[in-house]
Amino acid sequence: MKITTIDRRWIFLFILIGVGLPLMLPLGFKLEVTPNVQTVYNLIESTPENKVVLLSFDYDPASKPELHPMAFGIIKHAIDRKQKVACLALWPMGSQMVDDVYQNLKKEMPDIEYGRNFINLGYKAGGIVTIQAMGKNLKNVFPSDANGTPITNYSILNSIHTLKDFAWICSFSAGTPGLKEWIMVAKDKYNIPVTGGTTAVSTPGFLPYLNDQNQLTGLLGGLKNAAEYEFLIQRKGTATAGMDAQSVAHIIIIAFIVLGNVAFFVSKKRKKD
Amino acid sequence: MNHILPLIITFLAGLLMIVSEFIPHKPFERIVSELEIWFMIISGFAIILGQLSLIKMNVLKIQYKSENWKYCVVTLISFFIMLIAGLLWGTQNQGGIIGSGESLIQSIGSKPFDYIFDNIYQHLMASMFSLLAFFIASAAYRAFIARTLESSLLLISAIFVMLGNTSIGTSLTSFLPENLNFLHLPTISAFIMDYPNLAGQRAIMIGAGLGIIGSSLRIILGIERSWLGGKK
Repeated sequence: MKITTIDRRWIFLFILIGVGLPLMLPLGFKLEVTPNVQTVYNLIESTPENKVVLLSFDYDPASKPELHPMAFGIIKHAIDRKQKVACLALWPMGSQMVDDVYQNLKKEMPDIEYGRNFINLGYKAGGIVTIQAMGKNLKNVFPSDANGTPITNYSILNSIHTLKDFAWICSFSAGTPGLKEWIMVAKDKYNIPVTGGTTAVSTPGFLPYLNDQNQLTGLLGGLKNAAEYEFLIQRKGTATAGMDAQSVAHIIIIAFIVLGNVAFFVSKKRKKD
Repeated sequence: MNHILPLIITFLAGLLMIVSEFIPHKPFERIVSELEIWFMIISGFAIILGQLSLIKMNVLKIQYKSENWKYCVVTLISFFIMLIAGLLWGTQNQGGIIGSGESLIQSIGSKPFDYIFDNIYQHLMASMFSLLAFFIASAAYRAFIARTLESSLLLISAIFVMLGNTSIGTSLTSFLPENLNFLHLPTISAFIMDYPNLAGQRAIMIGAGLGIIGSSLRIILGIERSWLGGKK
């Protein structure tokens, strides 16, 4: 039967059209906020003004389409709530991701002042050991920011000596080191609220941490949750735009799965006959 | 002696880290803090080692004209372009050997390293990851066939989770009244993720955790010695 040996380039063509068209002509499907996303939102809402929060950029450009909208949304929300944002990276290219978010944020929020309500501490090798060392003395691990300026020159980290001084920690994680390491040290050892954003493919692996012990305080998993967060902060960004494309792509994949099964059963029946 | 000394160091360092977890007081706390700083420094050097290894492997492949050696030429050229651009003009807020490249910034909008990173590297990486969508679609068409009971269960779960992860899935069942919320697609998807999936994930995590403890003990006690160079 021809349908069972369909040329995969036809599938590629359908996916291309299914992803491309909604990006150019948004469909505006309805979104529902899931509890994990609401928990992340509530964590930021309930954090008092002037508290310093820590965000770890543990990804590179490969995961940028999924994780960048989350990072932008959470930082914008925290700064809107007058919290101070310190960023660092456990991945070598994470520091460039921080700079990119900051440049875009500066366009929307020109009042942000580097060193007063935002700082990029840059990349540090070492993964989980770096986090453990920050738990003992932050300034030993990050004596200067990403530009090489001593962090004592900026007021933002005046009250911060160890990880325990941060109100909450968020890791945007595409692998190792990432969110899991932050949970193991920052939450399990120092009891600091930890939240995070992950790619959709790695989200199931983090669900066990959403438990009664609150090892994770909410989780943004994939583009859908990023779009939900954009909905909560009332700012339509790239996640909202990308959701239409992702939804159509999923429907096309489901349609092909159904087609494949129909073809399988028809050919099975013919063989029997 | 070549093997015994590293084994003794590994044993003592491993033991020290374990003991410090149970006795977080002097002198263990101080020693462990020092070891953590050492680890970070060594990790930094590992990046240089990785770069040297990359050059060596690619040069060898080109030298012996191994399969697809032409890609190695592209890798090395790209590597040195980024290296030279970063060394000469620096990155974003940091200057390079010959300054900050003001004239270049005026003509191309940013420093050469940042220009290549923003306009070529980022898009190439995102494209590579995005290609997954095409291959997953093709693989799903061929693999998700209801041949057996197990594969049928997998197929049904996959369809519910996929639909639950789309905005269309939400719209499809949004007309349902509150008392039929359990039939709402995102609710079904959440149920699959929160119960059967979670049980499986926890089992995997516990298994992996026990595996890590086992292999760590093997290394600390000197039973596992492959890290010394592959000789038992």
